[in-house]
Amino acid sequence: MEIVLALGIGIFTASGIWLLFRPRTFQVIIGLCLLSYAVNLFILAMGRLRMDAPPIIERGVAVDPSQYADPLPQALVLTAIVISFATTALLLVVLLASRGQTGTDHVDGEEKDGEP
Amino acid sequence: MAVDRLLLIALILPFAGSIVAGFLPAGARNVAALLAGTIALIGTAILIAAYPALPGGGGLRYDIEWLPSLGLNLSVRLDGLSWLFGFLILAIGALVVLYARYYMSAEDPVPRFFSFFLAFMGSMLGLVLSGNLVQMAFFWELTSLFSFLLIGYWHQNQSARDGARIALITTGAGGVCLLLGILIIGRIVGSYDIDRILASENLIRSSGLYMPALLLILVGAFTKSAQVPFHFWLPHAMAAPTPVSAYLHSATMVKAGIFVLMRLWPVLAGTDEWYFIVSSTGLATLLVGAWAAIFQQDLKGLLAYSTISHLGLITLLLGLGSPLAAVAAIFHTVNHATFKASLFMATGIIDHETGTRDLRRLSGLYRYMPITATLAMVAAAAMAGVPLLNGFLSKEMFLAEALAEHSGTFVDQLLPVIATLASAFAVLYSIRFIHQTFFGPPPVDLPRQPEEAPLWMRVPIEVLVLACLVIGIVPALTIGPFLATAVQSVLGDRTPVYSLAIWHGFNAPMLMSLTALVAGTVLYMLFRDRLNAMKRSPVIGRLKGRKTFEAVLAVIVAGARWLEALFGTRRLQPQLRVLVCLALIAGLLPFVRFDYRPGPLPVTLLDPSFAIVWLLGAACAIGAAWQAKYHRLAALILTSGAGLATCISFIWLSAPDLGVTQLLVEIVTTVLLLLGLRWLPKRVPDHWPEARVPIQVGLRRSTDLLVAVAAGLGMALVSYAVMTRPLPHSISRYFMKHAYFEGGGTNVVNVILVDFRGFDTLGEITVLGIVALTVFALLRRFRPAAESVASPVQQREQTASDHASPDRAVGDTAADYMLAPKVIMEWLFPVIIVFSLYLLLRGHDSPGGGFGAGIVMSIAILIQYMARGTRQVELLLSIRPLRWIGAGLLCAALTGAGASLFGYPFLTSFFSYIAVPGVGTVPAASAVLFDFGVFGLVVGATVLILIALAHQSIRIPRAPADEPKASLPASDGGAA
Repeated sequence: MEIVLALGIGIFTASGIWLLFRPRTFQVIIGLCLLSYAVNLFILAMGRLRMDAPPIIERGVAVDPSQYADPLPQALVLTAIVISFATTALLLVVLLASRGQTGTDHVDGEEKDGEP
Repeated sequence: MAVDRLLLIALILPFAGSIVAGFLPAGARNVAALLAGTIALIGTAILIAAYPALPGGGGLRYDIEWLPSLGLNLSVRLDGLSWLFGFLILAIGALVVLYARYYMSAEDPVPRFFSFFLAFMGSMLGLVLSGNLVQMAFFWELTSLFSFLLIGYWHQNQSARDGARIALITTGAGGVCLLLGILIIGRIVGSYDIDRILASENLIRSSGLYMPALLLILVGAFTKSAQVPFHFWLPHAMAAPTPVSAYLHSATMVKAGIFVLMRLWPVLAGTDEWYFIVSSTGLATLLVGAWAAIFQQDLKGLLAYSTISHLGLITLLLGLGSPLAAVAAIFHTVNHATFKASLFMATGIIDHETGTRDLRRLSGLYRYMPITATLAMVAAAAMAGVPLLNGFLSKEMFLAEALAEHSGTFVDQLLPVIATLASAFAVLYSIRFIHQTFFGPPPVDLPRQPEEAPLWMRVPIEVLVLACLVIGIVPALTIGPFLATAVQSVLGDRTPVYSLAIWHGFNAPMLMSLTALVAGTVLYMLFRDRLNAMKRSPVIGRLKGRKTFEAVLAVIVAGARWLEALFGTRRLQPQLRVLVCLALIAGLLPFVRFDYRPGPLPVTLLDPSFAIVWLLGAACAIGAAWQAKYHRLAALILTSGAGLATCISFIWLSAPDLGVTQLLVEIVTTVLLLLGLRWLPKRVPDHWPEARVPIQVGLRRSTDLLVAVAAGLGMALVSYAVMTRPLPHSISRYFMKHAYFEGGGTNVVNVILVDFRGFDTLGEITVLGIVALTVFALLRRFRPAAESVASPVQQREQTASDHASPDRAVGDTAADYMLAPKVIMEWLFPVIIVFSLYLLLRGHDSPGGGFGAGIVMSIAILIQYMARGTRQVELLLSIRPLRWIGAGLLCAALTGAGASLFGYPFLTSFFSYIAVPGVGTVPAASAVLFDFGVFGLVVGATVLILIALAHQSIRIPRAPADEPKASLPASDGGAA
């Protein structure tokens, strides 16, 4: 499991960063989406992999924390998911506005000679 | 109320008054002056009330904890020295306010003047009352800032703007040095607290960092107190209104540097380095200032250089390092403040009444303004050091110190000569000031007919001159005790025996004084006419401080431009490349040092289905990266595939909350991007010349690929290394153990979000709300590119076909082909809402919660938009996302604030068991209410973003010249 997840995180990161370097705004947005998947999984992995042990405890019983998955990374990732939606939306709108004003979807707002 | 708390009030009042004065109407100069005067007087009264605690080395402190772990507290500290300075600041401040009320013209925005003035007064007070050095540096910077505003008050004048700018840059640069020096001191001592620093003199002096700390602090003090070679800003600052000069250059601004030297004198002085640097700087300043003052033709210029010279004198005294010299320095600071403030005010009257400050044009004013002339004469005599006036006393002490032996080098022999010479210069320029202005034939060709100044403009001068006289005649009865307290607070056990009597017998200092008086008078009689013909000061007139300053500034600016051209770029891609590469290097360093090894834990057994999920997920991610340029829709679908893999992994790895939320967010993100696709340009494949990719493009792409692969590999290796190591104990254990007993929930993730870390969540949802509002605001002024305005091809064809068939209305085709889904989607509306509420209510105990429920709710609304079309939905439904956002944020914040009603800190959650008939006892936590707030805000924000974007498609495009009419109603996001 660990190897598969680690490789998955790596591939998502590589795809995300490759897209981040591209000149077109849509590529950058997709890149950020992929990168945020990778980062969220990475944070979750910091709590180690646990199966069938969601951090949902029993009522009124003394809890043995080692029986459950680590809730802290999950709490961090949960807000990160919602915030990353918000930033994606903001980025999209900024890029659309820039495209409307400059007439191009290049990240710098102007076409460069070298790369289309 | 305790006196120490009153001190805090005295410190806050000027700033509060500054804000109030800033909002007064421009004509309200009486109100503003009254406000400023009252505040200054209240402050003075508080200081007087606080005085009894001080004599005998006592002090007052009032600490407010701010960052106790860093040793940073807001502390107000009063001892003898700060009392003396504080009294000068407030008392002379009150007098200057009175003077300024009559000096300032009604055409100027006078309340603004008093607003700056009060803020400056507060900054000075904060500086002298600081109980720790960092706080002192903060107020130090504030004095630079507000003096900039005061000097540049007549900003319509080029000279005022220049003067303000030079002063700000010079003293601001000095402020940076001072802060650095203070940080070093703090590092040596281990604290910034002044009491602790003053108790660590041996530690500081023997430290290897003593020299850098000393140099940096001295640069700060010297720039502020206009010591050679930083003195050039002071004459330029004379472009300020005269009340400002009277205040800044007598009792406050320039004395800030002196104050710091005195404050740190016990720990810094007494070494050879201190002696040579400080006393030689003081000596140079004393001479240069006095020499230049002789040749000024502008009254204020003369006073400016005289101020520089007196500051040099005080610095020299401090530099000598002997206790008696320090006493003389403190005493002279007070005396200089009184006579220099009154002289500046008198100059203001002369300027006001005659319209000129040019010494060559003024003459014989005594016959028009005898009272002002008399006052100025007394003050100038104090400046020259004539007996029976306060300036004489401290000058005597200075001359006595000049005679004493300090270093045993040639300086000791030189000092008496230079002291006498500088005193003679002081006599010379004082006589020139008085004689040229008030005596001689009646003036001709003055811009205005001079007459005596109004009574209330003279009163401040009268008070100050009276102080000069009284201190000069009965020093022991007037200034004596206060000076003793101040000296005691600086010197402590080393306080020397000194006498404030006006007659010490016919001794050597007296002889030097007399020599100076006679020499100055004789020199004036010899050279008075030639002085009037001088264009600039001989010898030092060639040193152009201003020109050097501007040249240095130009070099710095040019250097910055060059660096920016070399390293700066406005292009995004290079910036991102640099960022990622730096992150890569930073991530690599620990492994280079400590070696990379997988952890000792056995790996979990691989489930083949998990591998298949990730095989697909990885393929989707790579595919999305491949296709994002030319096939945006395909890339979007592939990204969603990667998202699904993420989502499944969350559920697989015991994070059901994340799985649910990720799935829901995936839906809204996809809709969002689909809505955005419409406005992007059509992408045509590249046509490179000769049908091949140029080498530099290929090179760039392969570098990018290399970096991307390296980053991916790094992330994979790091996460593998972490996952195979045992989990260290973290705060999670605490959360797990206390989630139910203290938070009343069994879903620990949710309890963390709404209870343990509720404050973080409040911040997060606030950010979410801000982002939604920003998106909304950006889209209101959205101008699509011309080529995207036309309807999409599909829509055009549908419309054409509707037109072609006589029995169909426009829009029928679009409505018809969605008929079956439409009905299902409409029916689903209540079902999804119920599901959303279900998720919300169970969130505290089972997977769900405000975030997920909020997104489900917004999906319910979104589906209606898809089924019926924007216009139809908005006829039926009234959705006001802005209100959802507001209500949600309010609900969350009020739930948090509710805790303080019961005396608990913000966001403390309340939880108890409630007996529900038929169900039994259930836990009820106030944190659930907080989750309702999260829910409301998430609904509002998501809907607002999506609807605002969706609305763009139904906007009626206009000619680009017209202001596009916002299709959303102005007050609210949705339509009624």
